[in-house]
Amino acid sequence: MTVPDNLLYTKDHEWAKLDGDRATIGITDFAQHSLGDITFIDLPKPGAQVKQSAWCATVESVKAASDVYAPLSGEVLKANTELTSHPELVNKSAYEAGWFAVIKIADLEEKKALMNPVQYKEYVQGLSK
Amino acid sequence: MDENSALAETPLLNNHRKLTAKLAPFGGWLMPIQYSGIIEEHNWVRKNAGLFDICHMGEFIIQADLTKSNFGNLVTVNLEGMPLNSCRYGFMLNEQGGIIDDLLVYRIGSSEWMIVVNAATTGRDFAHLKKHLTGITVFENVSQSLGKLDLQGPLSAEVLADLVGPGIKGLRYYTFDYFLLLGEEIIISRTGYTGELGYELYMPNNKIPELWEKLLGDQRVKPIGLGARDTLRLEMGYSLYGQDIDEETTPLEAGLGYFIDWDKEFIGKAALLKQKQYGACRRITCFIADSRRSPRHNYRIIYKGRDVGAVTSGSFSPSLGVGIGMGYTGCEIPSGEEIALCENSIVINAKTTHKPFYKNGSVKLGEIK
Repeated sequence: MTVPDNLLYTKDHEWAKLDGDRATIGITDFAQHSLGDITFIDLPKPGAQVKQSAWCATVESVKAASDVYAPLSGEVLKANTELTSHPELVNKSAYEAGWFAVIKIADLEEKKALMNPVQYKEYVQGLSK
Repeated sequence: MDENSALAETPLLNNHRKLTAKLAPFGGWLMPIQYSGIIEEHNWVRKNAGLFDICHMGEFIIQADLTKSNFGNLVTVNLEGMPLNSCRYGFMLNEQGGIIDDLLVYRIGSSEWMIVVNAATTGRDFAHLKKHLTGITVFENVSQSLGKLDLQGPLSAEVLADLVGPGIKGLRYYTFDYFLLLGEEIIISRTGYTGELGYELYMPNNKIPELWEKLLGDQRVKPIGLGARDTLRLEMGYSLYGQDIDEETTPLEAGLGYFIDWDKEFIGKAALLKQKQYGACRRITCFIADSRRSPRHNYRIIYKGRDVGAVTSGSFSPSLGVGIGMGYTGCEIPSGEEIALCENSIVINAKTTHKPFYKNGSVKLGEIK
């Protein structure tokens, strides 16, 4: 399981890559591995407002549908429409080609609620015990 | 770990663990759901040969003189009429025509049959038969000692031919024969649940791990979990007991009337004849979604603005690349009609269709080269 050093993480296995007032978001390698083959993704639309820890997308695997929560609040600037026809990109590349959306961060203070890579690694290891 | 302790285990649990399979409870058993991934496994069976641990299913041996026994009345299959060494799909019904179980009957002697039933219902089926059977000589539940592996896929005949000889290629659809394998004379039938050319192998439990390893030693064979077994069967429109059919549904409602032999007597026949005459109050409908989004169990079925039923099985179809499924509707909906499958804010547009969803299966391949 990979946990890149340059991202922040949630307990629900979403990641955020901060770049000034913008954040690219997605789900972690641990999440894609747990879900198995991803077959469909319902992405937030550009212009939509997402709220930290509230629903922002749905990911379906062959067996189940799971909700994805926004790691940070903000306005959706862009969604990765490539995932509409190729949701398997999330399995292949959870942190790069499999990104979900770019948001304009509403409140940078919210990042305090996120885990750094070391904390997230520990958190995931605790889950599998 | 503790929640799995009450579950039954097949002789292959350690083999599955070694393959790092995802394990989960199914029908009271701890079973492998997937190995490398459901879609990869699914596609492997459609193109090569896949091996399934089906040791959880139940098997009964019944010997009876049908002129003195009521055995024939307890199943819809024509026990007397089926040829020796043939298999037939059928049902055990209640008086209302509801399905106690769906099953496969093997005629292993002129007055001896093997019945293969679902895992979760094995105990209940045995009790039902024990209670109602009269005039039989032998009735034995061999589920504890007899294991079953399914080998399915267009290359399965070639794979088996290397182990048991080319005679396997002469085995016709829904027949079985005895083959020498690992020192045992075992039943191999040309049957399955995937829509591909395939076989079911009945081997004593103590030799199941050896057979499993032997088959997996062939490069053409990969282990397949119950996840892909479900997508494979759904692409064929095959019913799954406990999900698409149960004691509340009849074979007619489930679109399985084709498998009923009307020339014989059986429990539930009167109820089915009534349904035939007056029409069933609901009917299974198959549908194909217009997107990759999958309809799920219990999603509502909307037709012409009205809620007409609920989804029983739904999944992403790896072969078709879209969502597929089936469910019961109060009225019969013709093929090609637009429907919607809904839950809360989710609306999936779909079209009704005929089964099978996947039409290129090798299941009934006539002559195997």
